[in-house]
Amino acid sequence: MGWAFAMPAAVIILLFGAVPIVWSLALSFTRDNLLSPSTPFVGLRNYRQLVHDPLVAHAIGHTIVYTALFVPGTMLVGLFLAVAMNRQLRFMWFYRTAAYATMAISTISEALVFIWLFDPSYGIVNYVFSLVGLPQQQFINSPSEALFVIVVMTIWGWAGFAVVIYLAALQGVPKELTEAAAIDGAGRWTTFRRVTLPLLSPASLFLAVWLTINALQLFDEVYLSTQGGPLGATTVVVYYLYQQAFENFNAGYASAIAYLLFLVILVATAIQFRVGRRFTFYRS
Amino acid sequence: MSGVDLAEAAAPSAAARLVRPKRRPWPLPFSPWHLVLIPATIILIFPFVWVLVTSIETSSEALRFPPDLTPHVLRFGNYADALRAAPFGRFFWNSAVVAVTTVVCNLALCAAAGYAFARFRFFGRGLLFVLIMTTLMVPFQVTMIPQFLITKWIGVHLLAGAGIGHIGALIVPNAATAFGVFFLRQFFRTLPIEYEEAARVDGASRLTVLLRIVLPLSTPALATLAALTFLDSWNNFLWPLIAINSQNAMTVPLGLASFQSAHATEWPLLMAGNMMSLIPMLLVFLLAQRYFVRSVAATGLAGT
Repeated sequence: MGWAFAMPAAVIILLFGAVPIVWSLALSFTRDNLLSPSTPFVGLRNYRQLVHDPLVAHAIGHTIVYTALFVPGTMLVGLFLAVAMNRQLRFMWFYRTAAYATMAISTISEALVFIWLFDPSYGIVNYVFSLVGLPQQQFINSPSEALFVIVVMTIWGWAGFAVVIYLAALQGVPKELTEAAAIDGAGRWTTFRRVTLPLLSPASLFLAVWLTINALQLFDEVYLSTQGGPLGATTVVVYYLYQQAFENFNAGYASAIAYLLFLVILVATAIQFRVGRRFTFYRS
Repeated sequence: MSGVDLAEAAAPSAAARLVRPKRRPWPLPFSPWHLVLIPATIILIFPFVWVLVTSIETSSEALRFPPDLTPHVLRFGNYADALRAAPFGRFFWNSAVVAVTTVVCNLALCAAAGYAFARFRFFGRGLLFVLIMTTLMVPFQVTMIPQFLITKWIGVHLLAGAGIGHIGALIVPNAATAFGVFFLRQFFRTLPIEYEEAARVDGASRLTVLLRIVLPLSTPALATLAALTFLDSWNNFLWPLIAINSQNAMTVPLGLASFQSAHATEWPLLMAGNMMSLIPMLLVFLLAQRYFVRSVAATGLAGT
């Protein structure tokens, strides 16, 4: 009886979720090309190639830089906005809705707006730069700036999510604690740092882990805005994987890259939980 | 008289001084937070506004530097041009069919499986549950190549409509998710088991208990799962990019991306297409904002 209830979902999840885990590991030892039925076994060659491929090293580097900027950036923006929005004010529904609305927009719509905002010749951001006396920038046409534009657009895209998480956590902070701190003579900043922030640490840990997992899987925005360029400056791991699998049809090599990505995500998550546990404060 | 006034005036200020040591009264008639929130909100909304503004500009106006903040000629023809250049109605229809079917399948399948894992004892339950949970940890990029091969095989040997190139390929692999099974199982376990036992004693079947007692008690959890699944399905890009190869079967994000690659730098046209792509989801989101926000917050609270 239990099997009958669990079966339909289990078949789908196992077929499309569990079987592929083993299958792609097997693929990573072959020279599969997605087309021909024969898949010659090549042993560890894909993994050896992985270690020596300079493009893989670059892709990992870009992914790390991106993650290191995107995750703290989004958390700070989200925390700042959530603190500002965690009060009864006129028009607060409007402010909150504006932040939440960024959750409704797809990564593709988001990237399409931002490449227009950051267009080097006619974009409004360069216009604002000219108003405040900053030099004109090449943005996504510049190998040294393109990744930062992607950081900015994704922070905007995730801001609503971070605000929701932090607002929910802030509403769980008991008023008695902050009031008690104030009565004991703590200033606002001290109260925030010593009382509110520790109480938010479970939410911060969740966001750090969640955003990191998503940052390491960055693809959509890169695909739409830069296609990995200019000069490969925004080729992140998943974009390189996609190119290998579905443009060059090196499915075996792509599977090896996928397993590398999996390993990186596991290690990053484990480290965050490890480090996080020391700084995370759970009530009760 | 004046002594009383003084005392009354002094009392609250003394208390205030006790609570907040050095704070001068704020001179303006509105909260200082507005001065933070208004610029922040402008930045958050501006991309939306700029899509709208550009979408009704003429090309010559859009390609002007410094840009015009207000268009002089309102050219709504960009929308007609965009619709002529790419079948946005078709994209929208595909996205809606995929998202709604995926949500319905997920609710049905994950509820059944979640209930089995929450309440039934059956051979292999623990192992099956662990296997399903394992897939939660694995990023999609690891499984997407075999998923592509399996979907291709299904299309050739089992069901053409679920194969590569058809929108069925976007539904079947996501018809049930490990997250949905786990999420509903956790919720079902918090429900008091007495109702279910009483119904069983009265002769109700397992299915009746699930449909008549458990699911009605679970509407908040089901709504959360529905909202999250809908958002995920609607905004999914990488899998449709791999699985769909004809314009007829494209979803909104995929259609928009192909529209962009065909009309790069025709900004008013692109923004008209973008506007049409984002408006439906934005409206759904704003109308059901409470649900969406609560659902997203629920994942956060579950994670912490």
